[in-house]
Amino acid sequence: MADIVLDKVSKSFPDGTVAVQDVDLEIADGEFVILVGPSGCGKSTTLNMIAGLEDISSGELRIGGQRVNDKAPRDRDIAMVFQSYALYPNMTVRENMAFPLRLAKLDKATIDQKVDEAAKVLELTPLLDRKPANLSGGQRQRVAMGRAIVRQPKAFLMDEPLSNLDAKLRVQMRTVVSRLQKKLGTTTVYVTHDQTEAMTLGDRVVIMRGGAIQQVGPPQELYDHPRNLFVAGFIGSPSMNFLHAAVEDGKLRTALGDVPIGDRIRRELEGADAPRELILGIRPEHFEDAELIDDEARARGMEFTAPADIVESMGSDKYVYFTVEGQRASAAELEELAADAGADFSGGGGNLVTRLSAESPVQEGEDRRVWFNLEKIHLFDPSSGRNLTLHEGRSAGTLGD
Amino acid sequence: MSRRAPLSENKKAERKLGWLLCAPAALVMVLVTAYPIIYSVWLSLQRFDLRFPDERKFIGLDNYVTVLSNEFWWTAFGVTMLITVVTVAVELALGMGLALVMHRTLVGRGIVRTAALIPYGIVTVVAAFSWRYAWTPGTGYLANLFDGSAPLTERASSLAIIMLAEIWKTTPFMALLLMAGLALVPEDLLKAASTDGATAWQRFTKVMLPVMKPAILVALLFRTLDAFRVFDNIFVLTNGGNETSSVSMLAYNNLIRGLNLGIGSTMSVLIFITVAIIAFVFVKLFGTAAPGSDDGERR
Ligand SMILES: Nc1ncnc2c1ncn2[C@@H]1O[C@H](COP(=O)(O)OP(=O)(O)OP(=O)(O)O)[C@@H](O)[C@H]1O
Ligand SMILES: [Mg+2]
Repeated sequence: MADIVLDKVSKSFPDGTVAVQDVDLEIADGEFVILVGPSGCGKSTTLNMIAGLEDISSGELRIGGQRVNDKAPRDRDIAMVFQSYALYPNMTVRENMAFPLRLAKLDKATIDQKVDEAAKVLELTPLLDRKPANLSGGQRQRVAMGRAIVRQPKAFLMDEPLSNLDAKLRVQMRTVVSRLQKKLGTTTVYVTHDQTEAMTLGDRVVIMRGGAIQQVGPPQELYDHPRNLFVAGFIGSPSMNFLHAAVEDGKLRTALGDVPIGDRIRRELEGADAPRELILGIRPEHFEDAELIDDEARARGMEFTAPADIVESMGSDKYVYFTVEGQRASAAELEELAADAGADFSGGGGNLVTRLSAESPVQEGEDRRVWFNLEKIHLFDPSSGRNLTLHEGRSAGTLGD
Repeated sequence: MSRRAPLSENKKAERKLGWLLCAPAALVMVLVTAYPIIYSVWLSLQRFDLRFPDERKFIGLDNYVTVLSNEFWWTAFGVTMLITVVTVAVELALGMGLALVMHRTLVGRGIVRTAALIPYGIVTVVAAFSWRYAWTPGTGYLANLFDGSAPLTERASSLAIIMLAEIWKTTPFMALLLMAGLALVPEDLLKAASTDGATAWQRFTKVMLPVMKPAILVALLFRTLDAFRVFDNIFVLTNGGNETSSVSMLAYNNLIRGLNLGIGSTMSVLIFITVAIIAFVFVKLFGTAAPGSDDGERR
C-alpha cells in the first residue's frame, strides 16, 4: 500500500495530441479516488501513466514516495482491472488468478492458498477450473478483480471495470467493489463514466476535461460547490438547469423573473471588465411546487409561473418539465457537455427540469406556480466558466455575501 | 461427443440449405480432383511404361512394393522431410520476428510490408535462376564471396542453398499469416500481463503465443504442405543432382522423363497420402485450438 502523487504530469502523443496536461493530484494511502470526465478527456491515459503502460512526457509520478517515472509496470507493484476484463483465454480461472503470483515466483502452496482465499471472497470457488469463455460477464469481471487482489499490490487501477455489465449487475458489482476496497484498504484509482459510481464509490472525485483537472473533492462538495460551469453540468443527474441571465440595474434578468443579487456578487459585477451576461444554474431539486412552500421558505426563494409539459411520477417525487421563454444559455462548456451526454443542456428557451414533491397536484398541460431556492443558485461567467457564487470554496446562492 | 438430440424441423431445413449451398463447389471439386486422383490410383496398380505400351498389365500393389523398397525413393523422402522440417521451422522463427516488427512499426508500416513481400511476389523459377547464377563460380557474386567455390556441386551445400532459397521466398508469406494472428491478440491482454509482472519475453510466450495458436497452426499447415511438395527450386538449382531430389522431383522424373506411368503414379499417390497424413495430424492439433472453440473440456 502506498500513496500516489502526480506532480505536473503531462502526456503528449507522438502525433501531437496532448492527452493530459499538468495534472497535480495527491492520492493518500488507502484512498479511493474516482476519475470522471467526458470521453477522450485523458482518464485512461492518466491511469496508464500511473501503471507504467504509457510513458510520462513531463512531470513526476511518485508511488510510496519514490519516483517511478522510468520504472517498468512490473516493477511498480500495481494491479489493473480493464473494461474488457483482459482475462487470458487459454488459462482457467485458477490459472488466471495465479498468473501474477507465478510470475512473482511464489511457491505452489502459497499460490494455491492465496488464489483460494481470493476466490472465496469473490465467490468464484466453484468456477476455478473453467475457462473465461465459459463464464458470464459478471463472473469474468469478478475473475479480473480476483487477479488484481491476489497479489496485494500497492494500488488498484480500474479503467471502467463495470461498463460492460448490464445495469442490474453493475449495481451489484458496485457494492462488491466498494466493500472489497474498504476491506483491503488498498489505494484505488477508478475511472468511470457513470454518475452513480462517481458519486457513491469514492472518497474523492477528480473531474477532468480536455486533459486537465477541473476540480477535486468529495462527491458532495463537487455537487454542492462546483467550481465552474463544467463541473456543475457534469455532476448530477438529471443535470443542473442553465439559464441565460442579463445583468441589469443590480438585478439579473432571467426567464424566471428578476433575480436579486447580494453585495459580494454585486461588487464583483461592478468591475469594468465584469461580464454583462451570466449563466444561472439551478439543480432540479431546488424547485418546489409553490403550493407546498411554507412562509419561511418562501422568503428564501422566488416564484414564477410556467406551463408543465411533462410530469414523470417517480413515486418518491415528481420530475416536471416546464417550458420557459427566453434566450438560450450558451457557453463552450455547455456544448461540450451536451455532446458528451448526447442531450440538450441549454436551459433558456427550452426545458426546465424540476423535481417536485410527490404531493404536488401538478397536471400536464396546466400553468403551474413554481418556487425555487435563491440560496442554491449558482452564477457562472460564460467566458471563463467560473462560478461567481463560490466564496472560499463555498457556494451560498446569489444573495450570499 | 455428446448424444445428438433429434433435430427440429427448423434445424433440418437449415442443414438442407447448407448442403445445397455448398453443393456446386463440392461438385466442381469432385470433378476436377476426384477424377485425376482415382485415375492415378488406377494407374498405380498397373505395370504401364509408355516405352513398352504392350506390356501394360494389372499387377496389384507390386508398384508400391517396388517404390517402397527402393533406396532412391527413401533418399528423396529423407531429403524432402529434411527440407520441410528445416525450412518450416526457420520460416516460423523468422516470420514471427518479421511479423512482430511489422506489427509494432508505426511509421512506414506500408513500406516495410511491401518490401517484405517482394520475394514472395517473384516467380519461383526466376528467383531460383538468380540464386543459381549467384552461386555459379566465376560469375556469381555469392560464389565469389566464398572464394569461387562451387557449392551447387556438393550435396550438403546444395541442400543448404535450396533451403535458403525456399526460406527467402516464403518467409514473408509466413510473416503475413502470423501478423494476422498478432492482430488477434487484444492490446488490453498485453497491458494486463505487463501489470501482472510479465517481462516482454513472458508476454510473448505466455500470452501472445497461446492466443495466436490457431493462426500459427494454419500458417504451419499451409507451409508444411507446400514445403513437402518442393519442386521448382530443386529443379533449377541442382536438377536433383547429388541426391538432392525431392519426392516430387522423383515422381516427375519417372512420369514425364521416364514415361513410366505406373511407377510415377505410385509415387504421386504416396505423396498424396503423406500430405493427407500431415494435414490430418494438423487438423487433429487444431481440434482444441480452432478459432471460436477455446474450451478444452466441453468437447
Ligand atoms: N496512442 C495515442 N496516440 C494519439 N492520441 C491518443 C492515443 N491514445 C489516446 N489518444 C488521445 O488522447 C486523448 C485521451 O484519451 P484517453 O483514452 O485517455 O481518453 P478517456 O478519457 O479514457 O476516454 P474514454 O472515456 O472514451 O475512455 C484522446 O483525445 C485520444 O484521442
Ligand atoms: Mg478510457
